[in-house]
Amino acid sequence: MEAAENTPQTHRRVVSYIDKSREYYAAHGYEQPYRWASYDAVPFESWVGRDLSGARVGVVTTTFPLPFEKPKKVYAQASSPLPDAMWTQDLSWDKDATHTEDLGTFLPITALHDLAEDGAIGSVADRFYGVPTEYSQRRTHADAEQIVEWAKEDGVDVMLLVPL
Amino acid sequence: MCHQTVSLVARHLEAEGIATVIIGSAQDIVETAGVPRFVFVDYPLGNPCGKPGDTAEQRSIVEASLELLTAAIAPRMTLRMPLEWGVDDWRANFMHVGPDNIEELRAAGRRRMEKQVANRAAG
Repeated sequence: MEAAENTPQTHRRVVSYIDKSREYYAAHGYEQPYRWASYDAVPFESWVGRDLSGARVGVVTTTFPLPFEKPKKVYAQASSPLPDAMWTQDLSWDKDATHTEDLGTFLPITALHDLAEDGAIGSVADRFYGVPTEYSQRRTHADAEQIVEWAKEDGVDVMLLVPL
Repeated sequence: MCHQTVSLVARHLEAEGIATVIIGSAQDIVETAGVPRFVFVDYPLGNPCGKPGDTAEQRSIVEASLELLTAAIAPRMTLRMPLEWGVDDWRANFMHVGPDNIEELRAAGRRRMEKQVANRAAG
């Protein structure tokens, strides 16, 4: 076996965004920490061993179409042709470390079309779906019900969900 | 917050028979929420589907998410992609709080709260 390089660590390397955001907003004077959703039971629709060559795959994003108009509302938009850019500026991503000019870095629709052409999946859903990022979990539950409805209309078997 | 939002949406879809995979970079938020399947890409927030301009990597992440779909035998399965961003300073820099900026953050918080009070007063 090739000698593996050991790089000892004294702290967890993976970022905890729950800890980071709590400390960041506490520094701003917000004393009540956000209460993040946390469920014991997780729904599960098994796809073990199933064939994807007939599957219709959809995408959910938290980004929005341009020109951006307030207020943000859950939406469905044609996945072909794909827009050149999406509205990302108001979302909390690392604007110092990277950019969102390449749609393929957060909206994997071109990659899915390539996989469909190669026969690895059946097809890409005709629409992709967008959901507003809400502090209110109640509002997100209502948006989720709308996305379920659209996904069923579009015959989606499998959904890839990509947060920014 | 985006990561919590899609986690909740994934739970609804899965409960209605539509299988889901989340591709994201905030491991703690997604795993705390509790989701069926998660592909963890340990990059700064913004590019969970791969580095800008690297279409081969972007395709490999989508392929891995589909492989996870047909391999996961139970919920809460996380696949960590064996990828490195290249530099690590973003881990400390994002939402940084320290002696160098604590006064600035407190002042920004005060301004924001005063604005909220003014907005409420204005109805």
